[in-house]
Amino acid sequence: MVGSEVVLDVQDLTTQFNTQDGTVHAVNGVSFALHAGEFLGVVGESGSGKSVTMMSLLKLIPMPPGEIVNGTATFDGEDLLTLEADKLRDVRGGKIGFIFQDPMTSLNPVITVGKQLSEAVRRHTDASKKDALNRSIELLSTVGIPDPDQRVKNYPHEMSGGMRQRVMIAMALACNPEIIIADEPTTALDVTIQAQIIEEVRALRENLGTAVVWITHDLAVVAGLADRVIVMYGGRIVEEAPVAALYSEPRHPYTHGLLRSLPRLDQKGQELYSIDGQPPNMLNEPVGCSFAPRCEYAFDRCLTEQPVLRGVGLRHAVACHWDLIDNVEVPLSETEVAL
Amino acid sequence: MTDTMDAPMTPSTNGTSPLVRVTNLKKHFPITKGIIKRQVGAVRAVDDVTFDIFPGETLGLVGESGSGKTTTGRVILQLEQATSGSVDFDGNELVGMGTSQLRKLRPRMQTIFQDPHASLNPRMTVASIVGEPLREHDDLRAAEMNTRIEELLLQVGLHPSHANRYPHEFSGGQRQRIGIARAIALNPEFIVCDEPIAALDVSIQAQVVNLLEQLQEDLGLTYLFISHDLSMVRHMADRVAVMYLGKVVELAPVDDLYDNPKHPYTQALHSAVPLPDPYIETHRERVILAGDIPSPSNPPSGCRFRTRCPIAQDICSAQEPAFEEKATGHWVACHFVESASSGGVADVTLPAKNAGGDPV
Repeated sequence: MVGSEVVLDVQDLTTQFNTQDGTVHAVNGVSFALHAGEFLGVVGESGSGKSVTMMSLLKLIPMPPGEIVNGTATFDGEDLLTLEADKLRDVRGGKIGFIFQDPMTSLNPVITVGKQLSEAVRRHTDASKKDALNRSIELLSTVGIPDPDQRVKNYPHEMSGGMRQRVMIAMALACNPEIIIADEPTTALDVTIQAQIIEEVRALRENLGTAVVWITHDLAVVAGLADRVIVMYGGRIVEEAPVAALYSEPRHPYTHGLLRSLPRLDQKGQELYSIDGQPPNMLNEPVGCSFAPRCEYAFDRCLTEQPVLRGVGLRHAVACHWDLIDNVEVPLSETEVAL
Repeated sequence: MTDTMDAPMTPSTNGTSPLVRVTNLKKHFPITKGIIKRQVGAVRAVDDVTFDIFPGETLGLVGESGSGKTTTGRVILQLEQATSGSVDFDGNELVGMGTSQLRKLRPRMQTIFQDPHASLNPRMTVASIVGEPLREHDDLRAAEMNTRIEELLLQVGLHPSHANRYPHEFSGGQRQRIGIARAIALNPEFIVCDEPIAALDVSIQAQVVNLLEQLQEDLGLTYLFISHDLSMVRHMADRVAVMYLGKVVELAPVDDLYDNPKHPYTQALHSAVPLPDPYIETHRERVILAGDIPSPSNPPSGCRFRTRCPIAQDICSAQEPAFEEKATGHWVACHFVESASSGGVADVTLPAKNAGGDPV
């Protein structure tokens, strides 16, 4: 399924927001590669920079106050971050589809879903109105909406939340994208509806072979979907690993703590493990490891020296000065990225 | 409103009498139309709900949005007026009680809201937010009041120096702590926790859950814990009630409900919750419910779950299943769950489909 070809290569992405209170360091030097057909989970809490990273790639952040200070994002041989505005518009919704968290705010309430889908199709292809509508019906049926030829005539408010999110997925699929970026697509949905959508995406992905980036705060949601997972904290990638390794052998104290703080069957009645403290204030210029103030393994070096990603296994990398497995400090020499 | 169904009495877990006894509780919101506001229908948010809450226990109340779980909590505390039915709080009938009498009982029952951003007044300091119930209901001197506020802040894991700050200076988890300090200020016996962790980050959720459990132990609190997070409810609750479209469809001790769910909806709900384990997630048999939750203003006839139920038969649309005790302490409303007395408990097994092959 996962090809070796890299479809998106992001290097050293740095995004800031210049606000009245100061500069918010939202994304601080993020690098990752997405392979053809790969399903990449991006996990982090609010403020970890997971959404801003992905939205920066397509310049979907408000600028100003947002500012992409540094970095490249190579897609199709071109750098998305320096692409002219009209070329970027062709990429958005064309070769890269985007699914947002809340379908009600991303769909136009006064236009039928059929018209909105057709618009997306016609923006990127030279299909006639009739062909575009037929394509819309086909798309609705692909994402599992019953009676698609009737449903195209619906306005968004005539659909349920799960149905609207399916329309958003259909829209992202409209032009056979190479990449779909989904930002918390099931967070606003009920759990039984979330299960429907996850099942749908799983099937779509097997049939279409599109690369997917799925942003979420919930480690459980991507466990059954992703090939590889990136964990973000404080605007940086703190760990990335193939899905099985991340859950069975987390190497960063934050990932480890997150997994431990989920309630488990064999620990009922006991106090839950909890990570102390509060998420970092992104107004502060990051010095050292941003997780250090909450980390039970932190020592003096963590407060002054920024840990970089180092390879710890097959495609498994972690940014931490402490070796969780051997319980020793990582020697200073081992600081280059080895993936 | 007449009821054909007898009021089922939920069983006592330890022989003590319940602190809160909810019987045939209904809350219908009228749908009006036209200039004279003619009533043309009703949203049956809570429709004939019966359960007990025992002193010191945590009753989990789970369900999807629109199931009526929040309204149930609000009607119990008389924040909404019940349409019919009864809420008995320690021998006092709350439905229809006058405001002055109700006000005397208020200190004994409190609530913790979901959204700590929306439920705290941004123009009040932490001290005045936490101290407000004390000013309303207690007669304390200024010095006593300050000592009490300090004590409350420490109790919820905040620092006394936080007293003069405003809510916006705190993170979500800290704000929820302020809300909790306010709720316990008057030494209540009963707290309705309405999705207290839903708005918080994952790493903060465990902190707040631990705090709620610690306070329960220290202060002997009784909780109604409303949540859609099934794994957290399993951790917190002693017994769990599952709501669907305004009805309780299953009620059982927590381990019983999770290890041996009897109602097809409970089974599907379980199956829908993703687990943080890639192996289980890619290999488990999943029940995927078709369709969406119907509108509570026009619920299906008979069993309300029948439109999405994988095992529904003709009887389900014709007749509403009674909420019955099918095994000791295990109450279910389904035609196809046999009761223990009529020859063993037959488990309903749902047709599952494989979630999808090997991990790739």
